[in-house]
Amino acid sequence: MQDNIKQPLQQFMLQLADNLLVMGHRNSEWTGIGPIIEEDIAFASIAQDQVGQAWNLYQLLESNFGFAHPDQVAFTRNEKEFYSSHLVEQPTGEYDFSLARHYFYDLAQLLRYEMLSHSSYEPLAKLAKKFHGEVKYHVFHAQTWMKQLMDGNEVSKARMQSAVNEVFPFALGAFESVEGEEVLIAEGIFEGESTLKDAWMQQVGAQLLEWGYSLPQLAQPVLGGGKGYHSEFLQPLLDEMGEVFRLDPSAEW
Amino acid sequence: MYGGGYIGGEETLQTNQDDPIALAEFEARIAAGDKIEPKDWMPADYRKQLVRMIEQHAHSEVIGALPEGTWITRAPGFRRKLALMAKVQDEMGHAQLLYSAAETLGKSREAMINDLINGKSKYSNVFNYPAFTWADVAVIGWLVDGAAIVNQVANSKGSYGPYVRALERICYEESFHLKQGHDNVVFLATGTEMQRTMLQEALNRWWQPLMHFFGPSDTMSVHTEKLMRWKVKMASNDDMRQQFISMYVPKIWELGLTLPDNELKRNPLTGKWAFADPDWNLFFEVIKGNGPLNKERLAVRRTAEERGRWVREALLKADMKYTVPFA
Repeated sequence: MQDNIKQPLQQFMLQLADNLLVMGHRNSEWTGIGPIIEEDIAFASIAQDQVGQAWNLYQLLESNFGFAHPDQVAFTRNEKEFYSSHLVEQPTGEYDFSLARHYFYDLAQLLRYEMLSHSSYEPLAKLAKKFHGEVKYHVFHAQTWMKQLMDGNEVSKARMQSAVNEVFPFALGAFESVEGEEVLIAEGIFEGESTLKDAWMQQVGAQLLEWGYSLPQLAQPVLGGGKGYHSEFLQPLLDEMGEVFRLDPSAEW
Repeated sequence: MYGGGYIGGEETLQTNQDDPIALAEFEARIAAGDKIEPKDWMPADYRKQLVRMIEQHAHSEVIGALPEGTWITRAPGFRRKLALMAKVQDEMGHAQLLYSAAETLGKSREAMINDLINGKSKYSNVFNYPAFTWADVAVIGWLVDGAAIVNQVANSKGSYGPYVRALERICYEESFHLKQGHDNVVFLATGTEMQRTMLQEALNRWWQPLMHFFGPSDTMSVHTEKLMRWKVKMASNDDMRQQFISMYVPKIWELGLTLPDNELKRNPLTGKWAFADPDWNLFFEVIKGNGPLNKERLAVRRTAEERGRWVREALLKADMKYTVPFA
């Protein structure tokens, strides 16, 4: 593979994996403290899928791109070398915030994997097909709850609408192109963040209106994560995630 | 997972106010190995004791998710992180199954959870101890789950259909928990000096709570006899403790680890193990709410219930009727 393709491709996959890992980590925080037991279980399932998908991508980076062992890559880097978006690193917050984020994020993932399942980079296309089968259920879960809490009472309606408004700028910022994306587009590897975002906006708009939400105002996307610029929330998360592993990264855990 | 030696209640049983003919038929069915189903006739004491027991079991799953749950975000490496997520998720799934089983006896999940957070219902004492390090998670996963299996396998032979069916599924999943806990312990035991020390210290911390796990020595009271005849209580606390010790102490020693009990010794003639009597005053203090973490555990649960209330309220519809789950 030529360097001008390899560089953006590996950065693209690393960014995807970092997002998945941080999102899965956040979602796992609901295990044991959810609003009803069934939601503890659902968020734990989604989290396992996401962390598992991240693992698969780090494995691909190790085998085909010469990256270090997935545990080293995931558990020892600091925020400057992490490319996850501000959307996923925001604290879990209350259930309304987590749910709105889950809906926006997983719908984007579903569309992303649909695109990537046709990628000219075969190993990625293969993974995307597998992941797509998992994310279908995430989206189904998110949609069910987004709808039923908008159908609930005045409190749940108000809470969900304000959660949507709050999360939206972060969600817009999760479509952050890697440097050299035009090469990925030209090579038929990925159609690009902008195309993906358009498809996502269309679906989000139609679905929110159907369920009785007002569309959030178009806000300035919160960008920067893809370049290693993060909020104050990521480094503490990484410190926690690596706390045991970093006691002795050469040990077998 | 669940601590045996369910707590309290036996002294409050009302003896024999049931219809003697129905009671005789009921006891004959149990003696013949029949399962009792929710709509069947049952003595009031049977119902009361089962609700108490299944409810305590369910609460133990919910509270038991807390000490390990806080380590999901710190588990070292993908394998451990994914395994721990799945394991704690299973525990919440067990709670769901068990609350449903208890609901078939006439108490709603909401009423049970209210009794948990207002301190009226108990949960296994073992979850009132802290998990200081990653090695505590390994010891919990192997030995607390191992002890829970001893108790649950016994109870899965009981007489109440919904509880037995829930337990069969739970035991199946717990056997995987045991494997992940054992795998985790083996990696630490065969790892670096730091890992071994961490593990030994955790084991020292957990030994006494594990000896407390099955509850105090049984006094074969009238009630215990009755509960055993009704197949509500399936094994004595002492027998379960013996079984646990004989299964796990040799495996612990095999790994080159030690236990903080100089009296631990197997009698080669009887096969019985001798061990130092744990401090039962401490056990009763922890039950009374004076353990290291009782207040914190309940506070976390209470906060979770309060934070989630708006979600549950939003799901309620005016025309909804309460239905007892299938179990």
